[in-house]
Amino acid sequence: MSISRRKFLGWMGAVAAGIGASSSKTANAGGHFTGYPDSMGVLHDMSLCVGCRLCEEACNKVNDLPQPDKPFTDLTVLDEKRRTTPTSHTVVNRYDNVEYNGKPVFRKMQCNHCLEPSCASACMVAAFKKSPEGAVKYDPTVCVGCRYCMIACPFEIPTYEYNENLVPLVQKCTMCAPRIEKGELPACVEVCPKEALIFHKRDDLIKIARERIRKYPDRYVDHIYGEHEMGGTSWLYLSPVPFHEVGMREDLGVTSGPELAHGSLGLVPMIVGLWPAFLLGMKGMSLRREKVATKEKAEAVAIAVAKANAEGDEKVKKAKEFAEKQKEILLVKAKTEQEKAVKKALEEAAESESKTETKIEEDPDA
Amino acid sequence: MPDKNSGRGLFTLTNLVAGIIVIIGLYLIFLRFKGGLGAVTNFSDDYPWGIWKSFFIFIVVPIGAAGYTTGAAVYLFGMEKYHSVVRLAVLIGFLSYCTAAGSLTLLDVGRPERIIMAYPFVVQPGTTSLLFEVALCVVLYITVLLIEFLPFSCEWLGYRKARNWLLKGTLALAIFAVVLSTMHQSTLGAMWTITPAKLHPLWQSPYLPVYFFVSSIFSGLSVLIIMTTICKHFFKHLMNERYLDEDEGVILAFGKGACVAMLGYLTIQVFGLATADKWHYLFSSMYGYWYLLELLGFVALPCLFFAMGCREKNTKLIRWTAVWTLLGIILNRFNVTLLCYNYHLPFSEKYTPTWMEVWILITVVTIVGLVFRFIVTRMPILYDHPDFKSHH
Repeated sequence: MSISRRKFLGWMGAVAAGIGASSSKTANAGGHFTGYPDSMGVLHDMSLCVGCRLCEEACNKVNDLPQPDKPFTDLTVLDEKRRTTPTSHTVVNRYDNVEYNGKPVFRKMQCNHCLEPSCASACMVAAFKKSPEGAVKYDPTVCVGCRYCMIACPFEIPTYEYNENLVPLVQKCTMCAPRIEKGELPACVEVCPKEALIFHKRDDLIKIARERIRKYPDRYVDHIYGEHEMGGTSWLYLSPVPFHEVGMREDLGVTSGPELAHGSLGLVPMIVGLWPAFLLGMKGMSLRREKVATKEKAEAVAIAVAKANAEGDEKVKKAKEFAEKQKEILLVKAKTEQEKAVKKALEEAAESESKTETKIEEDPDA
Repeated sequence: MPDKNSGRGLFTLTNLVAGIIVIIGLYLIFLRFKGGLGAVTNFSDDYPWGIWKSFFIFIVVPIGAAGYTTGAAVYLFGMEKYHSVVRLAVLIGFLSYCTAAGSLTLLDVGRPERIIMAYPFVVQPGTTSLLFEVALCVVLYITVLLIEFLPFSCEWLGYRKARNWLLKGTLALAIFAVVLSTMHQSTLGAMWTITPAKLHPLWQSPYLPVYFFVSSIFSGLSVLIIMTTICKHFFKHLMNERYLDEDEGVILAFGKGACVAMLGYLTIQVFGLATADKWHYLFSSMYGYWYLLELLGFVALPCLFFAMGCREKNTKLIRWTAVWTLLGIILNRFNVTLLCYNYHLPFSEKYTPTWMEVWILITVVTIVGLVFRFIVTRMPILYDHPDFKSHH
């Protein structure tokens, strides 16, 4: 498992550079962005909407979408709750549970063209872009069809052509960007007979909306929906009834999608920077532990061997001593026995001599 | 090593069933390309991601976490004595990530050819995207896993030089694997933080990335326990002595690791509830009880059983608890990605998969299973190649 340090650092550097480059753009998303100056928007005043569906028809025509099964003049369509689809980029819903002036309230739904769009932040090929003019534009030439934009959109607007086999696309309102470039109004705004939709600079629209609320406090809920929701949207709403009663989320908060995503993306450089150090530290510690363990083991073995050797020496010595003693004892024993024997022999010899002498003495003539 | 299964022939019952599943599945995949995603799936504008995304990304990737967790344990955290399972872990990781990337590219996205031509990396990188980060990490990590996996193929084919050269990077690759896994496992959770009001508050949290990362740890450890158990059941004849000797130690050590990770996960989940003061959601709707079932029934209880199994050295208990834990991971990922997503929609507008979606999913799993069997019965995964013993 040998690896040159230089090689390793080189690899880590390459990754860090790649990740660093990828997060540099997100760093800007952390700043407080309140929209491009002079960007355009639309104000939808629900107290004026009568649910005539002319906007739906105009949208259909301008975007060359297929004709629906029921004609746009058929208002029974409003009996059921609808959402945007690949072939209808805007829909008007009727809310029967709330009333204003004795009539149900209508709400038009389409892309809100966020100031900081979640879809743009979520797209892995950057197919969505917020234009300084106001529209969030979709680039079909790069879309891979992962549909994360649809997950990310807090307003549930983008739709997908599931029945298209080879070149399915995401479909959503374009804010009629091509028409605006030519100096025309968005089709839905242009056709609205009640001026429930007005197209203006967003900053002016906010002033207009405030003015209406101030002038007619009984007519409006004191809130401009879209001024701050999800960081603000180019499409703004005034309503005579609480917004949640016409199906609009009031729990979205004021933080934009990119900012929400930025928190965790921002951790990437920290992980890339600190994990290798931490892990190498762990590796170093476990290697050292191993080394110490091996060393201690070797030492313990050495001590044990020495001890065993010492013990062995002692035993040999003792055995030797014992043998010496035994030898001595034996020698002493042998000596005494020998001496005894010699003594005995001498005594015996002496005895027999004296006997002979007496014999001789007894017989002097012999 | 000769293929010990070859004696049984190609036409076994398993192969027959697998073959039927795959043939029908391939026909359904053909329909998907003939008529678009709508022809075989219930994907909708409200539910753009169905069970394929949930399973192939959000469940298969934590299953593949077996690779980095085992690599880290053995090469970085000093558990080298359990070296025998590394190869199995690398194989699980490699197959999991190939499954995730392959099935999503070829089935789920609308324009597969643009993914294959690497549009997100070459044509126009969406660097602000959390999904981009996941994709980049997954691509890099598959490369890492491939380099880790290639030595086994080299041993199988007898390429000694290449194999020795590849093994030189082991430590660096183990570190790389942990870095990349930390990022993409957590980012899978972070992906849901971008939309604050679609996911039920009990699952929605700024800590989602941490939840996903920590749960991927005990997911990976459990998957390894499960897979060694499965291998011991079906391929015991291939395992060498070292593998069988270390088996019990591995199960105990990994059970212990999973237990500790789950304890940490429980703690941060409770802290998450506390910091956002979400207690009132717990008993106010079905979602509250569902959350409690997930957290207590599929995290707290298995955590306890892991602890008991480790204390009593009861490997059988640990093996079953690992299955239980993995079910908990599957439940959690389905909750975040489907069941508790769009919680505000009425029941009638919720998504249920078509039988064709399920069939195609099973087809992919079957194919991966067959590939796994092919590799395990041929390459030196569960034993040391007799010609290459020096490495250990």
